[in-house]
Amino acid sequence: MNQPSQHPHSVVQEFHPRAREALANPQIRANFRKAMDGLMTKRQTAFEGWELEALRDLGANIRQRALSKLPDLLEQLEANLTANGVQVHWANDGDEACQIIRDICVAREAKKVIKGKSMVSEEMELNHYLEAQGIEALESDLGEYIVQLAEETPSHIIMPAIHKNTTEISDLLHDKTGTERSHDVNYLTASARQQLREKFMQADVGVSGVNFAVAETGTLCLVENEGNGRMTTTAPACHIAVTGIEKVLEKLDDVPPLLALLTRSATGQHITTYFNMISRPRQPGEQDGPEAVHLVLVDNGRSSIYQDNELLETLRCIRCGACMNHCPVYTRVGGHTYGTTYPGPIGSILMPHLLGLDETQHMPTASSLCGACGEVCPVKIPIPDLLVRLRRESVDGDKLRVSEVRGHGVKRRRVESLAWLGWQWMHSRPQLYRLGTAVSARLRALVPQKLGAWTRYRSAPRLAPQTLHQMMQKRTPTAANTSQQPHREATR
Amino acid sequence: MSAREQILQRLRERRDGPVPEVPASLTTSMVRDWSAAEKLDRFQQLMESVHGEVHRTSATDWIDTLADVLEKRGARNLLIPRLHDIGAQILASDHPGLPELLHYDAPIEDWRPTLFNDVDAAVTSTRGAIAETGTLIVWPTADEPRLMSLVPPVHIAILEADQIFSTFQEAIALQNWASRMPTNALLVSGPSKTADIEQTLAYGVHGPKELIVIVVGAD
Ligand code: SF4
Repeated sequence: MNQPSQHPHSVVQEFHPRAREALANPQIRANFRKAMDGLMTKRQTAFEGWELEALRDLGANIRQRALSKLPDLLEQLEANLTANGVQVHWANDGDEACQIIRDICVAREAKKVIKGKSMVSEEMELNHYLEAQGIEALESDLGEYIVQLAEETPSHIIMPAIHKNTTEISDLLHDKTGTERSHDVNYLTASARQQLREKFMQADVGVSGVNFAVAETGTLCLVENEGNGRMTTTAPACHIAVTGIEKVLEKLDDVPPLLALLTRSATGQHITTYFNMISRPRQPGEQDGPEAVHLVLVDNGRSSIYQDNELLETLRCIRCGACMNHCPVYTRVGGHTYGTTYPGPIGSILMPHLLGLDETQHMPTASSLCGACGEVCPVKIPIPDLLVRLRRESVDGDKLRVSEVRGHGVKRRRVESLAWLGWQWMHSRPQLYRLGTAVSARLRALVPQKLGAWTRYRSAPRLAPQTLHQMMQKRTPTAANTSQQPHREATR
Repeated sequence: MSAREQILQRLRERRDGPVPEVPASLTTSMVRDWSAAEKLDRFQQLMESVHGEVHRTSATDWIDTLADVLEKRGARNLLIPRLHDIGAQILASDHPGLPELLHYDAPIEDWRPTLFNDVDAAVTSTRGAIAETGTLIVWPTADEPRLMSLVPPVHIAILEADQIFSTFQEAIALQNWASRMPTNALLVSGPSKTADIEQTLAYGVHGPKELIVIVVGAD
């Protein structure tokens, strides 16, 4: 399960072998099952006494409204942040964003970067980029720190080290930092605190993510429990925030409902320990805080998603992770199986746009379409519909069609499309259809026992001895009123 | 064309045309109707549920409580604001139970190691609290800098009992936050914590291990 984190997407296509490996690993399964069960219960408790549907409607409304004005709001955000003294940068993709951050570091002669949690920076593979340039980038969120020490990638967007249990973490800390082995979580945490405090004191630059960027006031909001986000954005002389362009909100008033939805959906907390709202760099007379604050706005595929009214809904996401916590597939195979920055249902509707469907063709089908994700999503993203849409895109026959989804049509197979064409042709010709089904019923014994992937875990389907039409014909009017015979036969 | 222009152009020249307008929703599922006593009770209950400590005091005896809290923890010193009224009151009280008093009156660059290693506790004011979530509103200032409520292992917050709002929304509206946001505004709900090791809660991972709220005027 320990993939090299250098190029996570080069291994995306190996979803199936990884899934089998994860399913055969009782430790991974137990770690995820236990955590996800706990999170589901906590979420439910946290919303008790709330009109959850009305609140989700409000959340969806706020996010959709922001998206409907996205270019204007981005300009307003930029204008207000600039007026506040924050420098705003724009990046078409991850590489451009990495370069911007590198340039800021170089200009400051910064050698040590401390990081708060940021999924966009994972998306950009910022740590490796900086390290290749001789700049140390250290994660400070405890989960991210553990994952970085293990040279892995996060397996969950909220709880990066959820795939590891205490013993594994204790061994890791022992090997990498010399911490004594212990099962006492307080001891392990205290040891990490010690190590990271030194780093906070020395860091030249702090890099953080953003949960909401408020256009009206030019304010960056960060949600966290540990305080490492506050440290990262306060202790070093320079703070660089990086965020996707979709994270903007219109008004300050839009923040409380989304905050209420985010923390309750994510971890079942009424609120996180800290909600950190940053509007300016250090002002004259103030004794601490960074003298320079930067915001890097990253597109990286988001403006393509934005082109299409249906796909657009993907961008409402507030990255709560609830869809993962409730996903029967994610819970069983774990986050690393997906091989992408964002795993689970949100990953499956987002990553195809970031990497192309050719790279990620297994993601939209890694779902039973049970609908749980769509039901819990705090901003009502119709995730199952979007999965179906991407499945359709992946077998799209018209490769020349203009589509926002890169790699559409990648899964189209000649034989399969011919079969469906035949199916369509037969179903629009009643007599032929009846004849065909009658013959199939006769020849039902010939249905093979092995049907590829379908029969790997299931028995092969058996055709009924009579077609529905034949049974219906046998029904006399009296029989229909008094007897259940035909019905029972049909279910046999 | 700059990245900025390219991104904005892609967003403006949408293939599906302009995004259908979305009227602001009128849903107000967040209105609460609590009395002052209910708000304080709820605040206390929620703050304690996340490992915060709450003391109800009068306008005159809160410094006794402060001294008590510090003594129990064996604090060698206390960082206090210089200009804010609570700092002035602490100084004026000349309370024998208080440890050495410190001010954050120099830039962090001048005394970083001392703040990180040698300060045992800090006391700050608050701009009120939120009952619904058991949350303190903290706006750091030049007098009470940002790291003051973050770096020392014990943070003591002074809350005026009549400054408890029902919801975050209400605080934003009544205090008119949108008209001018400070450099940094914080909502603080309990001491620093993590559950990143197997979902087990541990406190004080990066910030204070303890958060103590002294509610003044709650007698
Ligand atoms: S898609 Fe919805 S449920 Fe999933 S992370 Fe985003 S907001 Fe949360």
